[in-house]
Amino acid sequence: MRPFTLPAPVTAIFRASVLAVLAFIIFGPLLNLLLWAFAERWYFPSKLPLEFGLTYWYRVFQPRGNALASLGASVWIALLTVAFSLLVAIPAGYALARMKLPWRGAILLLFLLPQAVPNLPVYVNIAQVFYQIGLNGTILGVVLVHASHGLVLAVWIASAAFASIDVSLEEASRNLGASAWTCFRTVTLPLATPGLIASAIFVFLESLDEFTGTYFVGVPDVTTLPLLMFNATMGGNYQISSITALLLLIPSIGFMLVVERFLKADVLAMVGR
Amino acid sequence: MALALIVPALAVVTLFFVAPLAMSVVVAFRGKGGGITLEHFAKAFDYYSTDLLFTLAIVVLSTLLIGGVAIAIAGYLTLGGNARAVAILRWLYRWPLFIPFVVAGQVMRTFLAKNGMLNHVLIGSGLIEPLSAQSLLDWRGIVIAFVWKQAPFVTLLLAGAMASLETQHIEAARNLGARRLRVLVDIVLPQVRGTLLVGLVLSFVTMLSVLSVPLMINPNSPTMVTVDVAYRINTHGDYPVANALCILSLALSAIGAAFYLRHASRASTAAT
Repeated sequence: MRPFTLPAPVTAIFRASVLAVLAFIIFGPLLNLLLWAFAERWYFPSKLPLEFGLTYWYRVFQPRGNALASLGASVWIALLTVAFSLLVAIPAGYALARMKLPWRGAILLLFLLPQAVPNLPVYVNIAQVFYQIGLNGTILGVVLVHASHGLVLAVWIASAAFASIDVSLEEASRNLGASAWTCFRTVTLPLATPGLIASAIFVFLESLDEFTGTYFVGVPDVTTLPLLMFNATMGGNYQISSITALLLLIPSIGFMLVVERFLKADVLAMVGR
Repeated sequence: MALALIVPALAVVTLFFVAPLAMSVVVAFRGKGGGITLEHFAKAFDYYSTDLLFTLAIVVLSTLLIGGVAIAIAGYLTLGGNARAVAILRWLYRWPLFIPFVVAGQVMRTFLAKNGMLNHVLIGSGLIEPLSAQSLLDWRGIVIAFVWKQAPFVTLLLAGAMASLETQHIEAARNLGARRLRVLVDIVLPQVRGTLLVGLVLSFVTMLSVLSVPLMINPNSPTMVTVDVAYRINTHGDYPVANALCILSLALSAIGAAFYLRHASRASTAAT
């Protein structure tokens, strides 16, 4: 006996309304952001901006504005963080994936720590130490903080990328007389590239979006986009903060759309092995 | 050789993560004249016990809601009968996935305000009276921002785990007339419990150390411990109490870790 079921049109309407509500919950806040970014004037109790325009965009992008400087600082810090993280993570990932390593499990666990433990105590104390040695408020200080966090993802993904490569390809090149370095450079590294690009993108995004560490370590001289956005929001300047937020959203959403191209299932399956 | 390759990475994590963490413990327990003391913790409890409870309540509630939303969405993605609805949902749910917390805080600050878009839409659709519109920028705003931002992440993990399940059991149960909700609860969920738990524990820990969202949505007392830590440091330069608060939030996250370990050990006993 089938239990009681609703007639088809009723379930169809119900399904459509649930999806519509979900769409509003997901896109409503983003649409609101978009409205604020192009609002010239928006007062209570008006439901929509009274006037749309680009005045605030000009202000954000004026040659000597804070926003362009922050954008530059953010991108520069993120690029340095990626370079530093990959430089350290590629050898570590290769060793974890391919070589006999004492305490391998413990080392993997140690690399998980920065993702699994609240970061606030770390930032607070790094800021205090960096203050004493003059690293507070410097690009280098912020890069080191971002890298110690981004490194974790980089090591895990790099190790998974190396582990998903067929060992027999490397053996073939070694048998034909290639040195270990040549084999790594011409066989292993090119095959691992998509995974390494994925880890680079992750590290880049994490650095670009990072707030708490920069908040403590970057003051007073390094203002990244998230800090600029935060200051504009707290100052009640919703247009500037919305435009800045949009700038931050572009790489995040762009990556969401392409993530599967770089992070293939065979690499994902090796994460943490 | 292998060690030489891994030492730089180890050094970075040790120097810039493990050492500051250890320092936090030392500062939190060290008295003015040296020696071990609990006075910073006493002070932290004295000033901030409400906020500690508030933080725990918000993070636990958010974690539960995230779990519920993730199960509902991933469950429909796996078992949903209407192919078009499944496709729309799959496209829809991920949008907040990579949106940074600081941006989530910013958009919610305007969206949930008394004069924000949410209230306009609710009033416009006749669901609430204009006079009863209220600002959601308190604990509710923090929870909404957390769930909005973090549920897609857990859903992504969970939907992936569900997709890799063997479909025979599911189909057999469906053929025997089991309803979808029953299949989800009795057959699918028990097999993906580990993945769900990992996603929820990671979210729990992440939310505990987010500073930007509570700072932007609800900076006044009662608020989350992260805001108190920033306040102790920026306004008073009071590192001992700030670190005591940090240790207490570490203890809260240890609760999450304990959940996970208990499950993991049970799973490994079951596997042998």
